[in-house]
Amino acid sequence: MTEMGSNVLAALPETLPRPPRTRLFGRLGGGLGRWLGSSSPWLNLVGLLGFLALWHLLTAVFKAPLFAKLPGPWETVKEWFSTNPTYGISIFTLEYYQHIGLSCLRVFLAFLLATGLGVPLGLLMGWKKTFSDYAFPILELLRPIPMLAWVPLAILMWPGRESSIVFLTFLGSFFATLLNSWLGVKSIDEAHFRAAKCLGASESLIFRKIVWPGAMPFVFTGLQISVGYAWFSLVAGEMLAGEFGLGYLIWDSYILVQYPVIIIAMITLGVVGSLNSLMIRKIANFLIRWKVREDAQ
Amino acid sequence: MSLGGAISVREATKVYDPDGAGVLALDHCSMEIGPGEFSVVVGPSGCGKTTLLNAIAGFHELTEGQIFLDGQLLSSPGQPAKPGSDRVVVFQNGALFPWLTILENVAFGPLAQKKLEPPEAHKAAATMLETMGLSFIAHDYPGQLSSGMRRRAEIARAMMCHPKVLLLDEPFRALDALTKTVAHQFLMEVYDRERPTVFFITHDLDEAIFLASRVYVMTTRPATVKKILDVPLPRPRDFRLLASKECQILRAECQQAVRDEALKAFSAGEREM
Repeated sequence: MTEMGSNVLAALPETLPRPPRTRLFGRLGGGLGRWLGSSSPWLNLVGLLGFLALWHLLTAVFKAPLFAKLPGPWETVKEWFSTNPTYGISIFTLEYYQHIGLSCLRVFLAFLLATGLGVPLGLLMGWKKTFSDYAFPILELLRPIPMLAWVPLAILMWPGRESSIVFLTFLGSFFATLLNSWLGVKSIDEAHFRAAKCLGASESLIFRKIVWPGAMPFVFTGLQISVGYAWFSLVAGEMLAGEFGLGYLIWDSYILVQYPVIIIAMITLGVVGSLNSLMIRKIANFLIRWKVREDAQ
Repeated sequence: MSLGGAISVREATKVYDPDGAGVLALDHCSMEIGPGEFSVVVGPSGCGKTTLLNAIAGFHELTEGQIFLDGQLLSSPGQPAKPGSDRVVVFQNGALFPWLTILENVAFGPLAQKKLEPPEAHKAAATMLETMGLSFIAHDYPGQLSSGMRRRAEIARAMMCHPKVLLLDEPFRALDALTKTVAHQFLMEVYDRERPTVFFITHDLDEAIFLASRVYVMTTRPATVKKILDVPLPRPRDFRLLASKECQILRAECQQAVRDEALKAFSAGEREM
């Protein structure tokens, strides 16, 4: 019985033809090749096309009441890729990239500030009880205040629009970063701290070798959430106080009845936001290799 | 050969009082552990064995009594021991740093104590792993290994500090019976190589007899020493020893003492701590 079984297994690779798709994309290297060889990309495509079809049907064919004023996918795409766009925004106009660039710059600055302040503060709060005793009540009070409630103060406090928009964007992402960094330290097993002390580690070494790497998975989860909040706050800020940027473009196009531009700017926000998250995920996977390998087991 | 490491526990008492409930975990517990002795502490769950270990390691302060290490006062009320590399702990659930490879984990001690520069520390760690037959896992992360392998690596990390006292808190509890025998053999070899004083906590009586020079049976909480059993079996020991008559007699004696206490603990409604 067992002998027969092993014979069958030994014969398998030769008798079974390999699926052709794997060969086709095999050269693209491990992950991507395998993904393209599986059914996932085709299902993704079907889902996407289904969405576009529905959008088209609702706006252009049935003209459903809710969707009557909305541009259809074809209209949007025509405008988006036009060399001579009706409303002045397409992938061939400089202005489009100025809006994107300025929004990205604002998010980048705010995100950098939020990370630079939120991560160390969160780690310290998680690590040292005295520190969190000082900081916790006030932060817990400020945290639930919706970012929109800060708009008037932001405008009063900061000179010029630019800094107030960055400030609002910063607020959006700061608390998510802080809270997750703090939780990250809390998630570290107490035994790790004890073991480090047993092995003779100083406080600063414990911070560098235990607190920081131990909290890293949570920190990066926090960064992914916080970059999302940053975009959220940015758009709100730009709508209220901006002169440029994607949020401003959406609002401005609404007022000027340039509806396809709204959709273009919205899709652009979706794409840029996704790319942002992807970037952070890639960096995280690189820095937290131990976790990735552990999860792969 | 021995590096010292005599532990003298005198009338150690510990009251936990987190919410005013006043739980007495250790009650005037005294113990004299000789240098290089392999002492195994057995007793019912939650009896206070770990409390004693924590006091020696320096994680807890005593309420009364003192602990001496080689005649020097180590811990007393108001003056808890500071955790240090002369008394390294191997933890119940393991405490290898998951973000470091096994080699980096093992090199952690000498690096933290600034005894060696990184290249030398890694070299020394590699040598230690080789001596212990663990070279093949040097570049793995702990999460990639079985718990038996992790436990061995943690013992290797502890031994890099050449501690006077090696404190082990039920280190093999989660291992299956087969892995356990391998781990025992491993620990015996480590012990025979350097002869640190070992303070080993367990529930497993076979494990206790097989490893120990001396078994301390603890009473149920509050813990004191109920019975001391010398295990005069020659070293190095082999797993077949467990089937021998001497071993069986010792085990029965040990079992009797533990059973009495376990019954008391059970009727007192004691739960795992």
